[in-house]
Amino acid sequence: MIEIRRIHTHVEDIHHEFGPAAAVPLRRGAIAAVLTNPFAGRYVADIVPMMDALQPVGIDMAERLRAAMDVPADRIESYGKGAIVGANGELEHGALWHVPGGYAMRELLGWKGDRNAYAQGKASPAAPSGPAGAQTGNALAIVPSTKKVGPPGAALDVPLTHINAAYVRSHFDAMEVRVPGAPLADEIVFILVMSTGARVHARVGGLKAQDIAQWNGLR
Amino acid sequence: MAARIRKLIVEVDETRIEGGKAIDPPTRKALAMAVIENPYAGRYAENLDELIAIGEELGGLLGEKCVQALGIAPGAAQSYGKAAIVGEAGELEHAAAILHPKLGAPLRKAVEKGAALVPSAKKRGGLGTAIDVPLGHKDAAFVRSHFDAMEARVADAPRANEIVVAVVVTDSGRPLPRIGGLQVHEIKGEDGLR
Repeated sequence: MIEIRRIHTHVEDIHHEFGPAAAVPLRRGAIAAVLTNPFAGRYVADIVPMMDALQPVGIDMAERLRAAMDVPADRIESYGKGAIVGANGELEHGALWHVPGGYAMRELLGWKGDRNAYAQGKASPAAPSGPAGAQTGNALAIVPSTKKVGPPGAALDVPLTHINAAYVRSHFDAMEVRVPGAPLADEIVFILVMSTGARVHARVGGLKAQDIAQWNGLR
Repeated sequence: MAARIRKLIVEVDETRIEGGKAIDPPTRKALAMAVIENPYAGRYAENLDELIAIGEELGGLLGEKCVQALGIAPGAAQSYGKAAIVGEAGELEHAAAILHPKLGAPLRKAVEKGAALVPSAKKRGGLGTAIDVPLGHKDAAFVRSHFDAMEARVADAPRANEIVVAVVVTDSGRPLPRIGGLQVHEIKGEDGLR
């Protein structure tokens, strides 16, 4: 069911955007795996088996992306994910990526929840056993996502938010990801993105990363 | 550092299956791009030495980034290419100043040898303009299996006063070459052509 045709990685260092140059440049990375869509060209009612089959793909992609970014996992401060489905597939095929893509990245970054429980629709609390207000792990926040059906070379603006608190305003960002020549009509591009910090000249206030206090994935 | 770099981007594209056939080992291309300020934006300058110096610096930097991203020994690089996209306040000649006088020598050092011409492309463009960087075998330009291209593009560049400079290095040719011509094992590697 899993057939990977191409893997495309993209890592960028942003030194400035016409303001003061950052002491340490912001590093953002994306990895896109181009897979054969086993459901292309027809309606298949039960597509969930592919969600399980994608779990090792997600784990491998998350680690490949971290390695390409050449930083330890604890330098990653924000993340996002997405999918581009080729013309002979449905948007729903892209939705298969929510669990395996998101949880692979969260586990790499120190999440302590139960991915299998989540995959079965039993929501596992972000901080399962900690007292209120205590941090019980990392990657507590939902992984923001977007998806579309598109032609080869279609660009997807993949959202990024802070790994521990979705409301951290400095880390709201997006990264345009595209793979020249993919997806073909019978392909799906699955995407993960991560970054080492805030927008390079973040200055619009709101919740700051150092003020995260509730450890509930939101604030 | 002469070049004022706003962004530095490295991409690797790995093809594992092409036309339904497994490619083992996969073919891989690395692209490194620098978004730099154009010191001559908005004015005519007769002398373009600053860009020539920037080209020399970027040939080494971008070439090394590609080799590093592929995780190969420099001598294992097989093909290369270069390109530049000049923002609206610059001239096509600015791209030429970066690419042609001095970029090649440090790039060749980064990939070891490199007897062949580094194929190139240039254009003027705006944010997100794509350029297809032509590729040829680094030691023999006539090797047909290594004629290829890789698309380079930066979503938020070039601004009017910027230039996007791109270098591509590969560890392989096209995934399923089968149209004949000069083969890799036939390379003499002396004149850069065959």
